[in-house]
Amino acid sequence: MADRILAGHGSGGKLMNEMIGGLIRRILGMESVQLDDSAVLHTETGKIAFTTDTFTITPIEFPGGTIGSLAVNGTVNDLAVMGAKPLYLSCALILEEGLETAVLERILVSMRSAADAAGVSIVTGDTKVVERGKADKIFINTAGIGILEGMVQRRPIMPGDAVLINGFIGDHGIVIMALRNRLSFSRGLISDCAPMNGLIGSVIAAFPESVKFMRDPTRGGVASVLNEIVKGADFGIGLAETALPVRDEVRGVSGMLGIDPLYAANEGKVLMVVRGEDADGIVEIMRSLPEGRDAAVIGRVSGDYPGRAYLETRTGGRRILPLLIEEQLPRIC
Amino acid sequence: MNNDNIRELADAFRSLRLKRDLRIMEVCGTHTTEFFRTGVRDVFPEGLALIDGPGCPVCVTPNDYLDRAIEIARVHGVTVATFGDMVKVPSSYSSLAAEKAQGLHLEVVYSPLDALEFAAANPGIEVMFLSVGFETTAPTEAVAVQRARERNIGNFSILCGNKLTPPAVKALLDAGETRIDGFILPGHVSAIIGVEPWRFAADSYGKPGVVAGFEAYDLITATTTLVRLIEAKRYVVENGYARVVRDRGNPKAREIMYTVFEERDAHWRGIGIIPDSGLALRDAYADFDAWLRFPVEPPPAREHPGCRCGDLLRGLILPTDCGLFGTACTPENAVGPCMVSSEGPCSAYYKYGGL
Repeated sequence: MADRILAGHGSGGKLMNEMIGGLIRRILGMESVQLDDSAVLHTETGKIAFTTDTFTITPIEFPGGTIGSLAVNGTVNDLAVMGAKPLYLSCALILEEGLETAVLERILVSMRSAADAAGVSIVTGDTKVVERGKADKIFINTAGIGILEGMVQRRPIMPGDAVLINGFIGDHGIVIMALRNRLSFSRGLISDCAPMNGLIGSVIAAFPESVKFMRDPTRGGVASVLNEIVKGADFGIGLAETALPVRDEVRGVSGMLGIDPLYAANEGKVLMVVRGEDADGIVEIMRSLPEGRDAAVIGRVSGDYPGRAYLETRTGGRRILPLLIEEQLPRIC
Repeated sequence: MNNDNIRELADAFRSLRLKRDLRIMEVCGTHTTEFFRTGVRDVFPEGLALIDGPGCPVCVTPNDYLDRAIEIARVHGVTVATFGDMVKVPSSYSSLAAEKAQGLHLEVVYSPLDALEFAAANPGIEVMFLSVGFETTAPTEAVAVQRARERNIGNFSILCGNKLTPPAVKALLDAGETRIDGFILPGHVSAIIGVEPWRFAADSYGKPGVVAGFEAYDLITATTTLVRLIEAKRYVVENGYARVVRDRGNPKAREIMYTVFEERDAHWRGIGIIPDSGLALRDAYADFDAWLRFPVEPPPAREHPGCRCGDLLRGLILPTDCGLFGTACTPENAVGPCMVSSEGPCSAYYKYGGL
């Protein structure tokens, strides 16, 4: 590993994996970092899911949300994709000296309404104020607890299974990139920040045996989740370019930035691998809900190219969906 | 064009029967990547080989340029503003990313105008923009320098490493080291310079060329046209991207560019010095020239002995022919720039070539 921490160590790609394996797990133990989105803990009365996440986003307010709603939904979704019912959240704030009170108030209001929408309670917390320059306005950590009423939604994936998503890809990541770079043509872009527990609950209730894998494709996007699924597996996953729901605005901005929406963060999406024969039925259920109106089957698990995630493009040609190395940076031309 | 039509076009392309094996070169780094990304490379007809050319600006920039930028930042404490592509590129001894972790002030920008605004907003900081790129970016860089002058922004400068593409293509043809039957010519560059500057390849060297756009449709139609021109021995240059590229290019952009810059011999990685292939600030704009404003003596540049970026940029090898490819040299730990730049051939092969 490099002798200093680079920005890329935080980007969810190969560098980060090296740091987790070579440093964090080596010292804190294998259980300290879960492959899954939450730890599953066994108690005398049943199973609970437990997770934590820290939010450091710039800008802290954006169309469709704030760092506060993001901190609630991110943790709710990490619990929900395990098949758990999210119940309680903590909220730890690190505030930079000088932050406007009105901004903090707006962020707390958006946290509260996100928690209400997800049906969770914020039950404990902590607040620290650090000197100007020691943090970037506000950092938020939320930990969350949920109960697992059924089983963790993990079943063996096999060729013929379908890959689906509950709507447009890349909205959150692209709006943030556009804002950070003060792009004037970013109008109309809006983050998809939303809780997924309601939609996931509806799907599992209707198809209790069908869902084999779920994940919220946040940092690193859809392509990074697919790469995790196929790593070392005896199957591959092929996405159909013509089936991908991507907004025209997102396509436009991502083209300008040289960033692929498949690698852009989503904050109100769940990627599911489900039994092939149930895919259409699940999409139908998703589409009956506001947060799943644009759901689609976007790919299939196949016996071709084991261990690979790939894209079948509009030309019928195929190309690999590589593992993101580190943060995507703007290109020259 | 709808998906069904693209599919039909691609199927027809795939089933082209060539009279003999052909080797065509894509000059532009964005084309290198887009041939992969669109899947067009996967539907190439049998016998058609795509050779990567010297069209990735980061890749052709020799190590001494980045060495100088880093040395200036160290010695003079300037803030380095750059396109993101340059951040991870290895210099002789370091990289901007490694220097940043040790305190170098780095601003990643999308445009030299953003760097100028950063300088305007931070008058106490010297901002040096790394001006690396082809004819596509040079006009905007010229505008940034002009505006800096108009607005009297004295803490802005550029480290000029700009290059011109037709002289590099001519140098490859003169060297005659590898067989090239025709060229897929850069769309963005041609939008500035037009089609005319490419005619020498057809007229003097008997190599047809087609200016191409970047969508699957553009790549397939331009490549099909090029194959037909080569097989018919029609030595012409065609514009396959007329919705963006005018035959005369953009005279206004060129005028701005040549008001601020003048042509000068330039050093290309792997190729060496090519006459009149680079741009330098004219004397009238010397105030904004970081080379002059921040004198330094960088340590002697060095290359990794196994790195074959130079051979690659001359069209002699494919990325996978390099002994370091994918082993000692990967995007997260790159030996040469062709593995890091988003337009670098090695990066494209590493990322997309694995199926």
